[in-house]
Formats: sequence, structure tokens, C-alpha cells
Amino acid sequence: MSSNEGSEIRQAIAKAIEDNEVILFMKGTPDAPACGFSARTVAALQAVGASFAAVDVLPDPRIRQELSGLSNWPTIPQLFVKGELIGGCDIVTEMYESGELAPALGLSLQS
Amino acid sequence: MPSAEELKHRIEAAIPGARAEVEDYTGGGDHFEVRVVSAAFDSLSRIERHRLIYEIFREEIGGPIHALSLRTETPSEAESTSQPTAR
Repeated sequence: MSSNEGSEIRQAIAKAIEDNEVILFMKGTPDAPACGFSARTVAALQAVGASFAAVDVLPDPRIRQELSGLSNWPTIPQLFVKGELIGGCDIVTEMYESGELAPALGLSLQS
Repeated sequence: MPSAEELKHRIEAAIPGARAEVEDYTGGGDHFEVRVVSAAFDSLSRIERHRLIYEIFREEIGGPIHALSLRTETPSEAESTSQPTAR
């Protein structure tokens, strides 16, 4: 991969993070997650009624490579809120279970 | 492929005072569930704690280690989560 291609992908990723208040980089899509960790993260977001953008990293391995270079986080999925990395499946599900996820997304807790 | 035992030793060697429990939860040698308790986590956010662990296995994640599910706690957090809930 030329360094130019890499930086183009990284810029596109950075822009997507900037343009979307809540964005999940995952394997597959919310309707068809391609891995258990991505599926559990989507489920937590849907359980609190969050609307979020989703990017499937599978079509091009360079997406994951450039994303991890940007976020300094080696695994997928990765959730960003207001441009900040919240974490992967473990952290998102932990936050959901402790009631921290909805407020972190700017949502009130669902009764 | 690293074993659960090896992961445990590498975590405990890298993080001061850490007690690690590592389980190979598929038996395939590449999906591990890790629980780490250490006072070193005290002032760290969840992301910072997890980064400490990921850093140890940076070269293997996405390769020999397909999945690393993490739970990181201070001794007091571990104590409160292991308290039997009152019935």
C-alpha cells in the first residue's frame, strides 16, 4: 500500500469520526454483524436507543490498519462519540451494564 | 500460538502487582477471556487499563490472538463485584 493511499484512507476515517457524533467501526453491518463482539456492541447501542453511523471494516483490510493506527486500539469494534474513542465491545457492554452508556451518548436512561 | 498460562505470566510480569486469570474460552488457542486485578489500575480509565494489556500483546493481536476479552479491576472493584448479592 502506498503511503499516499494509506493517508487517504486515514483522512477519510478521521472525517467520518468528525462528521458523526456516534460512529461504530465494526465487522459487518448492524443488521448483519460478522462477529460476536460487533454484534454485542450493536445490541448495547440499540438497547439504549442510540442512533449511530456504522462502518464495515471487512471490505478493505487497510481500513482496520489505518483506524488502529489512528486510535491506538488494536481490535474491532471501535466506538467513537464526539470524536473520542469510547472503546471496544468489553468497554461498551460494561458501560451499558453499569448505566453509563446512555449518558455517554447524551441520551437519558431508557425506563 | 500462546497458551492461557503464558498470557497470564506475561500480564503479571508487565503490570505491577497484577493478578491475572486467563481462560481459552473456545479451546482453539486464540480466543481468550482475561480478568486482571491490580492496584496499578487505580487512577486509570477503562481505555487506559485495556491499552496496558493490549500493549503487551500488540504483535499477536489480529494474528495468533484473534480475540482478547478484557476485564480490568482494582482490588476494591474486584471485591465489590465478587460480593454475593443479597437475596
